Amino acid sequence: MKVVIMGCGRVGAQLAAMLDKEGHQVTTLDIDAYSFRRLPPEFGGSAIIGNGVDEETLKKVGIEEADAFVAVTQGDNRNVMASQIAKHKFKVPRVICRIYDPLRSDIYSLLGLEAISPTTVFAQMLKEKLEG
Amino acid sequence: MYIIIVGGGRLGYYLAKALLDEGHEVLILEKDAAVCQSINNELGSICLRGDGCEAMTLEQAGTSRADMLIAVTGEDEDNLVACQVAKHKFKVLRTIARVRNPRNEDFFRQLGVDVAVSSTSIILEHIKHELPTHPLMHLLTIQEKELEIVEVTISPESITVGKQVRELSLPPESILSLVIRKERKPTVPTGTTTLQDGDQIIAVTRPESVEALKSALTGS
Repeated sequence: MKVVIMGCGRVGAQLAAMLDKEGHQVTTLDIDAYSFRRLPPEFGGSAIIGNGVDEETLKKVGIEEADAFVAVTQGDNRNVMASQIAKHKFKVPRVICRIYDPLRSDIYSLLGLEAISPTTVFAQMLKEKLEG
Repeated sequence: MYIIIVGGGRLGYYLAKALLDEGHEVLILEKDAAVCQSINNELGSICLRGDGCEAMTLEQAGTSRADMLIAVTGEDEDNLVACQVAKHKFKVLRTIARVRNPRNEDFFRQLGVDVAVSSTSIILEHIKHELPTHPLMHLLTIQEKELEIVEVTISPESITVGKQVRELSLPPESILSLVIRKERKPTVPTGTTTLQDGDQIIAVTRPESVEALKSALTGS
């Protein structure tokens, strides 16, 4: 599977490393080259500096041939916009988007984005731990 | 009308001022407390501190009774999300977004924003107009009809100087509507109007024919 991951923070880098290890073709994208330090030395994918809310950048990282796009930058809105570009403009078959704000996450789920709110997921996990 | 403005920067501030002068009810949503304070000091209590992309802030602002939401922050993605949340969650009928990357103009419309205004394109057009090498300026786009109104300036180098309008091979669905000549009142051109150096021609055309129209009128 060919995957483009936008945002090379802790989550993005770890996901990139995991998928790379399993033999997937991974491209990570971040506006700050310093973020790529989080990738392990054996990482075999590519790491490209650029802004994912820009179509040209997305083309450069091979979005047109990608099977999946994951948006995990710190900015909810950046994730939302990039995901919509990937989904509607480049017709990427699988697009997953992180949205911290649970309300915004609900709205965009209704609008057809596959949105995950770590806030909701983690709060739920903590609650289950406490109760279990 | 009740109009919500997202972003209290210079654009948001002057927009609010203009809309207040026209007698509208205006509310600015701004994240920065200091900016918010200074707007409230100057324009009266019209600024609410908060993130205009958050459904909770928009709820507080009474967005469901707003007639219009205008997002003018400096970030395209924030303007997009503010408009989409207003539109889909609060059913605001008209949303307007400022875009800085001109490429986003069409894309925002596809995503349901009613009007996307590219500040970058507007400034570029105005500057280009001042360059003698650029004879064409986009004046207006009539989106629903997919028509453009452009202004073409005839320069001494244009091979069409001295030619009559009927001799030109204009692209289909292009109409020359007005000729403005120095020190003369504007006239509606006919087939026998002869083009002169310095003529400003206002024409209506299809977006895809703009370049063809320019070459028909200037020969370049």
